[in-house]
Amino acid sequence: MKKLILGLALTAFGTGTALAQDVVRMGSEGAYPPYNFINDATGELDGFERELGDAICERAGLTCEWVINDWDTIIPNLVSGNYDTIMAGMSITEARQEVISFSQNYLQPEPSAFIGLAGADPEMTMTGVVAAQSNTIQAGFIAESEADLLEFPTPDETIAALRNGEVDAVLADKAFLEPYVGDSGGELVFLGDDVLLGDGIGVGTRQSDDELRATLDGVIGEMKADGSLNTMITKWFGDETPLFE
Amino acid sequence: MFGFCSDPSTLDGFNWFACYLTSATHLNFYGAFVLVMVLLAVTAPAALGMGMLGALALRSRLWPLQGFGKIYVNIVRGVPDIVFFLFVPIALGQGLEWMLHQVRCPDWSEPIRQGTDFLVCPEAKIPPNGSPQWLYTTYSFGMAVLAFALVFGAFVANTLHGAMQAVPRAQVETAEAYGMTRRQAFRRVVLPQMWVYALPGLSNIWQILIKATPLLFLLGLQDIVYWARELGGQKTSLFSYPHPDWRMWYFLALLVFYLFLTWVSERVFAWLGRRLSHGQATAAGERLRKAGA
Repeated sequence: MKKLILGLALTAFGTGTALAQDVVRMGSEGAYPPYNFINDATGELDGFERELGDAICERAGLTCEWVINDWDTIIPNLVSGNYDTIMAGMSITEARQEVISFSQNYLQPEPSAFIGLAGADPEMTMTGVVAAQSNTIQAGFIAESEADLLEFPTPDETIAALRNGEVDAVLADKAFLEPYVGDSGGELVFLGDDVLLGDGIGVGTRQSDDELRATLDGVIGEMKADGSLNTMITKWFGDETPLFE
Repeated sequence: MFGFCSDPSTLDGFNWFACYLTSATHLNFYGAFVLVMVLLAVTAPAALGMGMLGALALRSRLWPLQGFGKIYVNIVRGVPDIVFFLFVPIALGQGLEWMLHQVRCPDWSEPIRQGTDFLVCPEAKIPPNGSPQWLYTTYSFGMAVLAFALVFGAFVANTLHGAMQAVPRAQVETAEAYGMTRRQAFRRVVLPQMWVYALPGLSNIWQILIKATPLLFLLGLQDIVYWARELGGQKTSLFSYPHPDWRMWYFLALLVFYLFLTWVSERVFAWLGRRLSHGQATAAGERLRKAGA
């Protein structure tokens, strides 16, 4: 065992300096369609953020490699250097900015929505048990409201809990919930009013990575200006999603 | 996989399942079973080696070595496994990078810890920046093996130590009467005979090791439990193969897999037990002798 570790350390020793330094490892969750998900036909990461991330890397002349990581440990692994960016539908919030930094947003603050089983009382979103993915702005919002919060490690499990009757409603990004409501044939419905949370979604980077963040900011600004970002947003999220002016 | 899979939306019934179960994500799922088997195949000998060293340390007449063995066994056995799995890869990973950093970048002036960031110079990164993904996977896998070997080695050490003590004292005395040294008596008499006493304990540890493999996901490796959850979750019409929540069936498949593994190990250990009891002064050895006579 020690030999294995030593061997790996030596491999690292041998090749360390020769390789190019501009490979950027991009962390994502792969479980939040249409933002990011694993395409079942190809087995690759797919979705809006994959397409956008690849476009950003191409424009910036960076070689990028995608890494899939659990949502719950996605920030600690960025900070300890396992990858260099997070593109995982992560909203820019003050709490997260204490630990990591964000590029300028690539999605406007989008509505989050409640869903429930057909015929549910919309009041439940205020007083009942509401499911949300752990460590999300939605979970933070429920925790501060009158409703009781039930957290799940993956977004998919929140929907399963609603179907099982474990919770009265689910709060998540509306763009994530829409396909579930559409596919359910009337079983799932939107409840109550949408809420606007966070300051939009940006690329998370380490606070010390100023150079990378500047590059990302530049390219995202460029893509906002020439309209290519808007085209991509419309393609993945439909016509009603707020665009950049 | 098959020719007719190019447009999944037109399929139904048997063909749909044939394509679905051979989709790229499912192939990854099957690959994860191999990952688990490889992990077991590498970890078991590593833990056994670790345990042997631990047991020898416990037996040692040098008090610092014996103390070290005791500390190792007692600390590891007393701390929850999950804590070790979170601690070993982070602490060891950062420790190795820190050492490389000291060696390779003596002129680096920026602090390594900036707020929450852990920053070493690019030359000290493990694996080096720009490495292919498989090297990262192998590295995490190595960390996993090390964490497993550390944790399970402590249990093995205790079992082996007990087994060494269980070899009848009279046998060692006889060896000494023949003029063997302590070391010779250990190698020729105790070591070959202790396994029969160690086997029940070792088989227990092996079964627990099998059950502990899902902890792999903590290290960012996509094991079978990760894939079962990912594949079983509801897939909306955004996916090529939409389906409702099938997690129950996927977890059922895992249950069958783990039970099968347990069943096979049971049989192997039973066979080993029979072999090792041969000619031993134990109840099982006595039964074998009578049956043979």
